[in-house]
Amino acid sequence: MNQHIDPGSLRADDGIEKGGMLLHVDNISLSFGGVKAISDVSFDIKKGEIRAIIGPNGAGKTSMLNVINGFYHPQEGTITFRGEKRRRMKPHAAASQGIARTFQNIALFKGMTTLDNIMTGRMTLMHGNLLTQALWVGPAQREELAHRETVEKIIDFLEIEHIRKTPVGRLPYGLQKRVELGRALAADPALLLLDEPMAGMNLEEKEDMSRFVLDVNQQFGTTVALIEHDMGVVMDLSDRVVVLDYGRKIGDGTPDEVRNNQNVIDAYLGVSHD
Amino acid sequence: MPSTGSDAGRKPVTFPQYLLLNASRFADRTATRHKDLGIWQSWTWKQQFEEIRAFSIGLQEIGVGEGDKVAIVGTNRPRLYWTFCAVQALKAIPVPVYADAVAEEMAYVLNHAGVRLAVVQDQEQVDKILSFSDEIPLLKDVVYDEPRGLRDYDHTHLREFAEVQKTGREAMEADSGRAKAWADAIEASDGEEVSVFLYTSGTTGRSKGVVLKARTSVKAACDTAEFDHLSENDNVLAYLPLAWAGDHYLNYAQGYVSGLCMACPESPETVAHDLREIGPSFYFAPPRVFEQLLTNVMIRMEDGGAIKKWMFRHYLDVANKYGEAILEGRSVPLGGRIGYWLGEMLVYGPLKNTLGFSNIRTAYTAGEAIGPDLFSFFRALGINLKQLYGQTEAFLYVTAQKDGEIHADTVGKAVPDVEIKISDDGEVLFKSPGMFVEYYADAEKTKETFTDDGFVRTGDAGIFDARGDLKIIDRAKDVGKLRSGSLFAPKYIENKLKFFPNIREAVAFGDDRDFVTVFLNIDLAAVGNWAERNNISYASYQELAGLPQVYEMMREHVDQVNRDLSGEELMAGSQIARFLVLHKELDADDGELTRTQKVRRGFIEERYTPLIEALYDGSAEKYVETEVTFEDGRKGSISATVQISDMHTHPAVGATKEAAE
Repeated sequence: MNQHIDPGSLRADDGIEKGGMLLHVDNISLSFGGVKAISDVSFDIKKGEIRAIIGPNGAGKTSMLNVINGFYHPQEGTITFRGEKRRRMKPHAAASQGIARTFQNIALFKGMTTLDNIMTGRMTLMHGNLLTQALWVGPAQREELAHRETVEKIIDFLEIEHIRKTPVGRLPYGLQKRVELGRALAADPALLLLDEPMAGMNLEEKEDMSRFVLDVNQQFGTTVALIEHDMGVVMDLSDRVVVLDYGRKIGDGTPDEVRNNQNVIDAYLGVSHD
Repeated sequence: MPSTGSDAGRKPVTFPQYLLLNASRFADRTATRHKDLGIWQSWTWKQQFEEIRAFSIGLQEIGVGEGDKVAIVGTNRPRLYWTFCAVQALKAIPVPVYADAVAEEMAYVLNHAGVRLAVVQDQEQVDKILSFSDEIPLLKDVVYDEPRGLRDYDHTHLREFAEVQKTGREAMEADSGRAKAWADAIEASDGEEVSVFLYTSGTTGRSKGVVLKARTSVKAACDTAEFDHLSENDNVLAYLPLAWAGDHYLNYAQGYVSGLCMACPESPETVAHDLREIGPSFYFAPPRVFEQLLTNVMIRMEDGGAIKKWMFRHYLDVANKYGEAILEGRSVPLGGRIGYWLGEMLVYGPLKNTLGFSNIRTAYTAGEAIGPDLFSFFRALGINLKQLYGQTEAFLYVTAQKDGEIHADTVGKAVPDVEIKISDDGEVLFKSPGMFVEYYADAEKTKETFTDDGFVRTGDAGIFDARGDLKIIDRAKDVGKLRSGSLFAPKYIENKLKFFPNIREAVAFGDDRDFVTVFLNIDLAAVGNWAERNNISYASYQELAGLPQVYEMMREHVDQVNRDLSGEELMAGSQIARFLVLHKELDADDGELTRTQKVRRGFIEERYTPLIEALYDGSAEKYVETEVTFEDGRKGSISATVQISDMHTHPAVGATKEAAE
């Protein structure tokens, strides 16, 4: 049982070295009716890196994340995660495979406390059945205590002790974002997807969040893929950047390479597409 | 219970000697608690002794020895408190530094003290020290408590606390006589060594390093622990800045001599919650904390239902009528006692519980004058709140109020073994057992501070009242005269203003001028709540502070103060003629307040010269731009047009000499 609860167990058993290929996206195309959201995009995410996906509004970034965590099913192309090819998958299956995410618009349970919200992140790792959990006996009790400990470590890590018992609906936006990150971390992810983690934050909150993302990456070795509009943040945080525009990949490389890529400059400065 | 010193042969004269004593006399009693991962962890005196010994010997292993200075930077955490004792055990000198000091301030202190090693809390402090490590050549090593984020740092001169302890434990295993030698060295001390450098918060310029001797510090702590009957059954919550003399005295010094249990909060943000869980029996807070609590209680009550509001108001009246009398054991009619008892059941008890004040036996406040209403509010609830007057240089008490002799406007009589007198020019002088030795590396300042007959100048102007209690009116150097010749005591005026919950800070000007003017800071919580209830929208402090309705409210407060002043013979001439509400909150990061939140008058005068000019040249408004420093040290600026308001003064009421009392 301990094997499932021990933080890091999921990452430990995938046998991929740091820097090895964690996720490979091959020639993905996704359309909704006649609208092509993503066309023929390929890129990869290496284990242990921070990978940014950037692009102007409507470039298909969030769609790309939704494809990665199994929410959308691409019409073409393949996704290889931890060496296993997949085409169709339910989001909860992605979660139990070790992909966790946060959302552009916060999606927390507003009426529940910070602690409970983060606890829900451990759901996929729990094994007790409804009866034992309701009665809180035997293994269910031991299991919950162990999970609680992990959650407390996350609370400590994110410095949100003071809001442990506060319903998240009452929290300011920046803290809600942090709680959401906490919940994603609680799932013990091998790959953490962050959809605009800094959106709507002030400078101080952005700095805090950046530090947490870096610490998560360094301390837990969690691979991070993030979408972000703040170029300063992207260039500082990420190891490699992939740039999308109108559903196509127009650039891929280190922050420096991307910064000097003419296609990227054009896309951001608004050169006409003809 | 073994009495102090009976099993040690003689009374300890250093804090490490008390550690040895406590590890035997209170071996299994809890010495320290710390909330970690949501659970209160605790260490008995014996465990604490082992932790400290391991760390101390570990420090010895990395070359710390007698006379070395060791900086301690961080919030209230057990390991940092242990560091004090571990360092003192080697006859090295701990130098606590304010954790929120910006890099430049910290570099100054570390450099001035000649720090060799720094024990810090976390990455934030490590980064800060690394940022100026070139400027402090003497600093060799840094030890940190919390490893988060530091894994990839260069560890040649960086060590984890636990690792140093491990080194110490290994050294003890390798050499069986090591532990005994360590303890013997502690026992051998005669207490003449330096115990600690406490840097003053720098109300008047650069901070000065106050040098305290072990023997005298222990003596002072014993005196006051006895004065307030502190024992191993007491418990406290350590939440004040570690580097502040008050925290060092109340939690560390008194803690070691009495053996009480000290709890460290989970984080600075959770203090209120932790206070409730711990329920300390001895509590200290500066007046502004009590002010904040009262403001919060009142705000919460405004949002309560009609029945609750009525109950609160009704029983508060009862408490105001009988509460203090009951607390002081005076006679109270039976009806009053019954009413108060009901109030205790329905209002005071639950309220005290919410505030974490249920178990308080003794609470102190000091540092600034406390409003009479505020003071009575807490006393009426049955909390034994008292005032003391102290200084880092005195370590710490000069005067304190005895149970039963409590007055809101005085700070009490000299505590045992302390002598006080008032100099010819009105300054308070004292001689105390804990008195400091010198300011470190500043012979000139030291000489200025001591009088020829060995008293210490406090720099505070004071008077004795008819009861023989000391009353502090202002900093001696701030007391001035208006051109009309009237006495001008700025703090006296400011305190009267600050007693209004809506006013957070006030700065008065008038020395060598024609009339008195003030800067005001509104209290964002109180005024903000008022605005909410009155459907007044605002986006920032700046906007709220500039609203005409807020100015109207401030006019009423200032007028009330003028009326008060007009009734006091000495002060009637110093009524406020003009005022303005500042466009930003005064902040320690901008150098406007000290780290203990005291106004730095001279600095403010310089920084806001244009505004002061506008106050005296009759203009109705003034445009200013002000540079502000953010918490990470970057700078920005805010600009505003500040309104200035004229006030009427009241004629002095002549025959009220006695009424002023």
